[in-house]
Amino acid sequence: MTDYIVQYFIFPGFLFTAAAGLIASWIDRKVTARIQWRVGPPLLQPLYDLVKLMGKETIVPKSGSKMTFLIAPLAGLATITLVSMLIWRVLIWPSQSFVGDLIVVFYLMAIPSITLIISGAASANPLASLGASREMKLILAYELPFILAILVPVIQAGGQIGLGEILIWQWNNGTVVGSWSGIIAFIVAILCMQAKLGLVPFDIAEAETEIVSGPFIEYTGTPLAVHKLTRLMMLFVIPMFLVTIFMGGIIFSGWHILWGILKYVLLLVIIILIRNTNPRVRIDQAIWFFWGPMTILAILAVVLAMLGL
Amino acid sequence: MGIKFKALKKSLWVFHLSTGSCNNCDIEILDCITPRYDLERFGIKKVGSIRHADVLLVTGIVTKQVLPRLKKLYNQAPKPIVVIAFGACASSGGIFADSYNMAGPLDKIIPVDAYIPGCPPKPEAIIAAVAKLLKKL
Repeated sequence: MTDYIVQYFIFPGFLFTAAAGLIASWIDRKVTARIQWRVGPPLLQPLYDLVKLMGKETIVPKSGSKMTFLIAPLAGLATITLVSMLIWRVLIWPSQSFVGDLIVVFYLMAIPSITLIISGAASANPLASLGASREMKLILAYELPFILAILVPVIQAGGQIGLGEILIWQWNNGTVVGSWSGIIAFIVAILCMQAKLGLVPFDIAEAETEIVSGPFIEYTGTPLAVHKLTRLMMLFVIPMFLVTIFMGGIIFSGWHILWGILKYVLLLVIIILIRNTNPRVRIDQAIWFFWGPMTILAILAVVLAMLGL
Repeated sequence: MGIKFKALKKSLWVFHLSTGSCNNCDIEILDCITPRYDLERFGIKKVGSIRHADVLLVTGIVTKQVLPRLKKLYNQAPKPIVVIAFGACASSGGIFADSYNMAGPLDKIIPVDAYIPGCPPKPEAIIAAVAKLLKKL
């Protein structure tokens, strides 16, 4: 029991993920600044932002729902911590995977977006509810191709629905991205991840220039800090999930650890480059993009995987 | 108090409010986040909602029409909030001091922490003001 508590709050869980997320967020801002020929913020900038937000006054809107408004960000934070713990436990001890933990992780990863909808709806602001409705449509759009893309590693590993089984299969037979079906599914999964993280081509829900950060608009002080922290941790956890099921995870021995970290950094840089070279799309364009080309590509990848390619 | 204040000095989020300005000051504000000046290296960022802001940056004379909105925004801001009067108009009224629709200058309505004079202020003046303000905080 203490084992689980330590794992949840310290090593693969909260503290570790938060620290990694802060660094990932700094890399994001620094690389963005370098792309725009700027200097960019110092290393501790994301931490300063969070500490400052915790010191500010917390305001709850008068006509909003007080309990929901304050609890929703915490639920998102708790969920993303749990996802991180599940993924890292499997990475470190692949035998500790249980049957169907891929499905558990997949559903838990949707909850931060759902808490975003709840907090937008609870803040009684027209722009926030607009952002919440856009987030809802976005979830409906990207979940379908995402789950089809995740089916590919499952099919390749012989129909085993477990992170640990997929990982061990990749250690024995080569990574999933090495095959034709794997690379197509991986591209689809990267674009779905971009939407899940709410980054630029798909940051329709919190569009700063039109609906002033959408669901976050009424948040101040500590609840806003919790929301920001959840976002930072997602920037670390969701690419790690893709590294685990598509790229063979991290092997904890000698140089292989560095190789594993490089896989994550590669994904992060892809995310940052997509985010810096694209304009924001409208919600109808996003739905068309995910239900049209992306779903077709994902189905193609599933068919190829069935044929054993 | 100590650590929170230190963090506040390292990450000022700015909400920009135009109270009837001629768009000249507003363009100079945008100049500060261009590659040449890049205020993000000090953690300064523009935000879209007053609820996220640490600094209320006001440009323009305060017209009678915008007066109730300005008061509302100041009350909606999470404390502690720093108010900056940006440009000659917000600081003193500038050439519009005798205008019929003038309700300001700004410091008659809400407490002001810093004034940046100029029509418009140069980006260097803005950076100097930020440095002085951080010392004063």
